Amino acid sequence: MAVYVDEGLAPLAEKLKADLGADLLSAEIAKGELAIEVARDALGRVLKHLRDDEACRFGALMDVCGVDWPQRTQRFDVVYNLLSMRHNRRIRVKVATDEDTPVPSVVDIFPSAGWFEREAWDLYGVFFAGNPDLRRILTDYGFEGHPLRKDFPLTGYVEVRYDAEQQRVVYEPVKLAQDFRSFDFMSPWEGLGLSQLGQLPGDEKAQAAPAPAPATPPKA
Amino acid sequence: MAEPISAAPVSDQPDGQVRIKNYSLNFGPQHPAAHGVLRLVLELDGEVVERADPHIGLLHRGTEKLIEYKTYLQAVPYFDRLDYVSPMNQEHAYALAVEKLLGIQAPPRAQYIRVLYAEIGRILNHILNITTFALDVGAMTPLLWGFEERETLMEFYERVCGARLHAAYFRPGGVSQDLPAGLADDILKFIDHFPKIIDDIEGLLTENRIFKQRTVDIGVVSKADALAWGFSGPMVRGSGIPWDLRKSQPYDAYEALDFDVPIGKNGDCYDRYLVRIEEMRQSLRLMKQAVEKMPGGPVKTDDRKIAPPPRAEMKRSMEALIHHFKLYTEGYHVPAGETYTAVEAPKGEFAVYLVSDGSNKPYRCKIRAPGFAFLQAMDFLAKGHMLADVVAIIGSLDIVFGEIDR
Repeated sequence: MAVYVDEGLAPLAEKLKADLGADLLSAEIAKGELAIEVARDALGRVLKHLRDDEACRFGALMDVCGVDWPQRTQRFDVVYNLLSMRHNRRIRVKVATDEDTPVPSVVDIFPSAGWFEREAWDLYGVFFAGNPDLRRILTDYGFEGHPLRKDFPLTGYVEVRYDAEQQRVVYEPVKLAQDFRSFDFMSPWEGLGLSQLGQLPGDEKAQAAPAPAPATPPKA
Repeated sequence: MAEPISAAPVSDQPDGQVRIKNYSLNFGPQHPAAHGVLRLVLELDGEVVERADPHIGLLHRGTEKLIEYKTYLQAVPYFDRLDYVSPMNQEHAYALAVEKLLGIQAPPRAQYIRVLYAEIGRILNHILNITTFALDVGAMTPLLWGFEERETLMEFYERVCGARLHAAYFRPGGVSQDLPAGLADDILKFIDHFPKIIDDIEGLLTENRIFKQRTVDIGVVSKADALAWGFSGPMVRGSGIPWDLRKSQPYDAYEALDFDVPIGKNGDCYDRYLVRIEEMRQSLRLMKQAVEKMPGGPVKTDDRKIAPPPRAEMKRSMEALIHHFKLYTEGYHVPAGETYTAVEAPKGEFAVYLVSDGSNKPYRCKIRAPGFAFLQAMDFLAKGHMLADVVAIIGSLDIVFGEIDR
């Protein structure tokens, strides 16, 4: 059974390149999905164009989320997923930013952006300029830090428990009974190198020189 | 001697009028009509809602963070814990997303089984929503009748995967195991039996004067509002937009099956109730077709780098044993890329935005829950309504905190 394929994406990408000019940094169709990168300051203009232009008509902003790439200077991507019910089509708009630079809020264009921006602020610390209600949304009242950043530990920093003596919930630093275990799964799976999936991360270890054998402990 | 209690408040204004302050009311987080741990701060003018500020996150478990530390297969059970009312529909979105990145497709039989169970999930969800909604506005019997049927459906879940709720049944590459003998016949029996129950519930609610007084013209959503607030599912169909991802962007076996998409006219709570009732009937149609048209053959991809070999083979073949060991320790690597894959979950568009960096763990897995967008519009929906209508609106939004708080 066929997976739904949208034939109109390639013409749309060409049209957007012509219409948006310098605001559009790149447009790419991969796995049947169109993703465009736009300049941060042009975000409002671009989304308004996508919503109102007759060929686009992306009337619904379905999702906004952050992605963290700590090795980049502009470490965050803010990703907007739009849907056009008129043309039965989706588009993904990406904007890059860092910890300090705010992204213009699009609440005045899509009211649905409000909570999604709050969530991205809460989880990634991306600031949205112009959002009227940029409070934390998913984390605890009084929470510190932005938990979905890659440098935030999975275990967090504080844990809560109910203290019977004080008759209330108390916050304490996380104490792990055993060290947090993280495995190196990047060992090569040589069988996979032959498949259509090609070279994968960790496969290079198969060609690399074998690790030096550990020194034999002196016999007792 | 005590001061006499005056009936009217004393005026403090020069014109003799009394200034009344707005009243702030905390609704929840432990209120039974809040459908979970919703804390709703309501600003009331008398009994009229001026502002509604939902506080969410009381059930936040960090699912998206946890998924980043699990292999692709280990991440599957987290999806059962999102919308725990219809667990398999969430797994469906995730399985399709991973399959898209891997460039594989589930075999035909698996696609039909998925449709069958996705529709069971839809009925599970709609029974719960309709009956608890009815309970919120004053009708208790539908809940008792409906939950008996939910129990039957839960048994179908249990028979196919061993668990009533935490199914982990739809996996990237297919489903975890084939239907056991006799299950299809029992599902067909249920399909024959259930329309009577829908009729009974409808008999209690659809033309019920109290039910209509509580729901007609309450929480009206226009077509334009439904788009602007990112609604989906019965929330847009109730407003008259014929939009259903199963029709417009069909996935798995939906393309080969015949069903209708019900839409409402007024976009109020009553229309959304009617849409859900009709969707249950359409789900039965889909289930019947899925059982009858279901082809034979394997239920998961035969690529041993993604789906494990059968247990019997593992007892004889060294290669099968190695495959099994690698799949359940390291898991499979997914080529770098990203996808936004959506399914028509019972509540609306449930989507997974999955970013892979080529390793065996998702780099980013954003879960787009339909209820998140619905609850966001609470302020716009409740403004100007009476306090009692807030309960009706929450009921018709169909929110479950597992998916909203993630």
